[in-house]
Amino acid sequence: MKKTSRAALPVLAIVALLALWEALVRIMKVPSYVLPAPTAVLSALWKDRAALMQHSSVTVAEALIGMGISLVCALALGMLMDVSEKVKAIVYPILVVTQTVPMIVLSPILILYLGFGAAPKILTVVLMCFFPIVVSFADGMAQIDPGYVNLIRTYGGSQLQVYTLVKIPYAMPALFSGLKVAATYSISGAVVGEWVASQAGIGYYLLRVKNSYALDKMFASVLVIILLSLMMNGLITLLQRLCLPHLYRKRKGRK
Amino acid sequence: MKLKVDNIAFRYDEEPLFKGLSFDVEAGEFVSILGPSGCGKSTVLNLLAGILTPEGGSMLVDGAPIKGMSSHFAYMPQNDLLFPWKTILQNVCLHGRLHGTEKAAQARARELFGLFGLAGYEDAWPSDLSGGMRQRAAFLRTALCDADILLLDEPFGALDVISRGDMQDWLVSMKQHLGRTCLLVTHDIDEAIFLSDRILVLGGRPADIRSEYRVVEAHRTRDWLYSQGELRHRLHDSIRGLEARPC
Repeated sequence: MKKTSRAALPVLAIVALLALWEALVRIMKVPSYVLPAPTAVLSALWKDRAALMQHSSVTVAEALIGMGISLVCALALGMLMDVSEKVKAIVYPILVVTQTVPMIVLSPILILYLGFGAAPKILTVVLMCFFPIVVSFADGMAQIDPGYVNLIRTYGGSQLQVYTLVKIPYAMPALFSGLKVAATYSISGAVVGEWVASQAGIGYYLLRVKNSYALDKMFASVLVIILLSLMMNGLITLLQRLCLPHLYRKRKGRK
Repeated sequence: MKLKVDNIAFRYDEEPLFKGLSFDVEAGEFVSILGPSGCGKSTVLNLLAGILTPEGGSMLVDGAPIKGMSSHFAYMPQNDLLFPWKTILQNVCLHGRLHGTEKAAQARARELFGLFGLAGYEDAWPSDLSGGMRQRAAFLRTALCDADILLLDEPFGALDVISRGDMQDWLVSMKQHLGRTCLLVTHDIDEAIFLSDRILVLGGRPADIRSEYRVVEAHRTRDWLYSQGELRHRLHDSIRGLEARPC
């Protein structure tokens, strides 16, 4: 199969599905408070674009700050877990258990503690994003060929240089895989936090339009959440291209 | 520099692997260690490189005992272990990078790229290179270590027969230029004969140097190598004989 047709197929499938949806809604005259037609969703998106943009910026800011905090904490804890087997043995199972608590349960508790500002939303993002990042980073470092470490040691390198020159660069592709997963979760995390209690953000907008049964606007905000999540994912992919050029290498040197 | 391994003892588990292993390597000499699989050939190099610590005995360089990692040795493992995220030039200058002399190392490396058959590949990624070229890059990285003694652990073991032969030819032509003491571990009898001044056969459990062969001084060519049937035969018997014992 050619590359272009491979990429075009899912797009065609979605377009076909949307066309079917549009046709059914129109033929069966489904009221918009039950199921809005795709064109109605698009028009709601366009009409409310200013509000959606403004709320999106709040959500994206929370997601980005949450991702940043997650990354810093994950790098620190990942290093600690690699340096000390004991820390790893204690922390790893706890990390796994924390991931089994549904975020929608935790969010209201966070709001009780942290109030109605941005803090509980950011913390929700952190709680969702931290895990995939730290696990991928720690596992990436653990999987290194010990030959690399021995090489640095026999060349007279320090323990610090083992990390800066080998272990961390070696774990970078794994770290980026974790970051991509986390980036996709980050918007959902912020929306969950906003859904529980807030004055701004896509989650807040979603809750408001839900309460007024404006289903076209609800679908429009879902579309925005999808686009923002893809955008976050794309941002990480772009960052990976910049940080790990050898994975996207062009052949250099003589043939 | 002269290397002396004196009465080394070492064990991985209950049963000792070495119980008084001793041998010498003269300054500028190229010595190979041959032996059956699992007899402890690579362990000897790991002990010298400081990756493993002996239970007893001593290792001396020019009469001075060494402990742990020593700057006298440059260790080259079987796997090229080039960093995929670094260019070839950055890779071969690893020693300089670790000791804050990267600039000087790069200048020296650039001069040697041609000699190592890597000219034009300074800024290439390791994945752009063939197996033989990667191994030559690893060799250049080892040569740039400022160490007097090179420890080569089956450096061509992972290559196909043709590349392996090319690399051996290349190393013979390089020996003069390197001008350093080399200790090579290999299981390839022809490779040992082709490259060495002297061959040690290691075997038994606990392992010891069971026999030693001096290779005649001669211009090393493939034809010369093919004429060394008798030596080849004796080495083969020596290794096989040891293999019959539990090793």
